[in-house]
Amino acid sequence: MPVNPELQGRVFPPTTPYLVGREKVREFARAVFAKSPHNHDPEAARAAGYADVVAPPTFAVVIQEAGLALLLAAPDTGIDFSRIVHGEQKFSYTRPIVAGDELTAILTVTSIKSLGGNDMITAETSITDSNGDHVVTATSVLVMRGTE
Amino acid sequence: MSDLVVGQELITGNVTLTRFSLVRYAGASGDFNPIHYRDDVAASVGLPGVLAHGMLTMGLAVQPVIDWMDGRGEVVEYGVRFTRPVVVDGNGGITVNVTAKVGAIEEDVTRIDLTVSAANQTVLGKAQVRVKLHQ
Repeated sequence: MPVNPELQGRVFPPTTPYLVGREKVREFARAVFAKSPHNHDPEAARAAGYADVVAPPTFAVVIQEAGLALLLAAPDTGIDFSRIVHGEQKFSYTRPIVAGDELTAILTVTSIKSLGGNDMITAETSITDSNGDHVVTATSVLVMRGTE
Repeated sequence: MSDLVVGQELITGNVTLTRFSLVRYAGASGDFNPIHYRDDVAASVGLPGVLAHGMLTMGLAVQPVIDWMDGRGEVVEYGVRFTRPVVVDGNGGITVNVTAKVGAIEEDVTRIDLTVSAANQTVLGKAQVRVKLHQ
């Protein structure tokens, strides 16, 4: 079954707010080999003008994941997760994520395309803080391999 | 930093990924897909071995740029294509090499292009970081 073309343009409901913890930022920073003191030391981060430790640029994937979970759980998408490959990823930041942020994600399916027997799903996740201000948009291209 | 020129190499870096790195990233990110730590599952879906999470490769590849900026700027955009999987051997692991060059100088944003390879093959395509450097 191919991906449901009517998925294009669908906006999913906001995810439950995600509270960014200081130790989670440090744990993620260690996992991606981030050594900057801004990622680990609250004093160094504050001295540089941040409220608390700064998350590495790809940390937004953790918040995006909650939006993608809604997409993958929807009953009528035609998406077979076992055939999904992550094709592309992009993050566009208004400001860095810092510990203490409470972030909400809203995922929109911006495009569905067929290419060489594969389906390409582009999902754009807009992530905002508790004031409703934009922090980062995470864009994923998921490739669903054909069954042939 | 105003004397940057397009094509200039800024920094290189390398990281050796082992199975430990993959398990640690699984925990930190919440991505527990077993193809990233179980040989039998990877083989059963036709993969050449246990793969690094694409997002781990993406995450580590930008770090040399952050180290180069050393607090003098921020990443405003970062995008990659996942063009080839990184197979992580259970014994020795694999080394991922990163080279960062100036790709373009726009008004207040500098584009830095990354070349990311493992076992002499490029693993990320169109890996570009846009940074805003403090004056």
